[in-house]
Amino acid sequence: MAERLKLREPFADPAHQAAADRMGMFVFLGTEVMLFGGILAVALADRIRHPEAMIAASSRLDLWLGGINTAVLLTSSLAMAIAVAAMHQDRPRVALGALSATVALGLAFLGLKALEYGQDYADGLMPALAPPAEPTDPAQALFLNLYLAATALHAVHLTIGIGLVLWLASRIARRPEEQAMTTELTGLYWHFVDIVWVFLYPVLYLVR
Amino acid sequence: MWSALRPLLLTWAGLLALLALTIAVSFAPIGPVKPVANMAIAVVKAGLVLWVFMHLRERGGLLRIFALGAVAWLVILMAMAATDILTR
Repeated sequence: MAERLKLREPFADPAHQAAADRMGMFVFLGTEVMLFGGILAVALADRIRHPEAMIAASSRLDLWLGGINTAVLLTSSLAMAIAVAAMHQDRPRVALGALSATVALGLAFLGLKALEYGQDYADGLMPALAPPAEPTDPAQALFLNLYLAATALHAVHLTIGIGLVLWLASRIARRPEEQAMTTELTGLYWHFVDIVWVFLYPVLYLVR
Repeated sequence: MWSALRPLLLTWAGLLALLALTIAVSFAPIGPVKPVANMAIAVVKAGLVLWVFMHLRERGGLLRIFALGAVAWLVILMAMAATDILTR
């Protein structure tokens, strides 16, 4: 695989370039960890200061819908990992099939999330948007603000991920021989977005 | 292809099992241990994704440090925030 990398300045050998590519991606993901980490820190503070309100507000979210979405996202990561493995074994057709599954599962996640937002709206759980100003307890409203901000930010990341995978698929379809590293790096981003949800799910849905 | 697929499928099965476990734990009558247990399960799930799906098991020490550096800072952020609120 490595020898098929398209060598760019300033790298003299493919292994060096591959190491730099991976490291750069992980540094970028580090900034993303801090972005979502801020939200998780708020959740921690909220949990310590208002445990009852958090439990009350969290119980109103749909645990099962969130759980199904977690399974959908974990499966999308499996598909992404298969695509990366296939590219490393020079099987672009297998990779394209796996990437189609990744995109389909990503879209399924967003669809279920939209359905859930609609349900939240009908239940008056959407801060500032929902007609009845419910819940009236400020600590519960704080938790629901956090829920909306965290899940929306995650959905934005997933949307970007779907765009990236579609772009990657078009590159593989055109020139499959040079895309193994691009696939691996796109995979790192996809798996990161999956990990974010792995933490958001218990923090938001399983407080009870 | 199969030898490459096997660890991926096993990891995926493990992740789904942990998802089922975390949901079960959230219904268990264990009070204050619950958030700790759920966070521990989330950390194991993230570890599995990092180790297998994100290939950290195939990489050297330097890349692992880069991958987990931000996590170390996040732990400091959380510890300090919690210290502040808990001791006020």
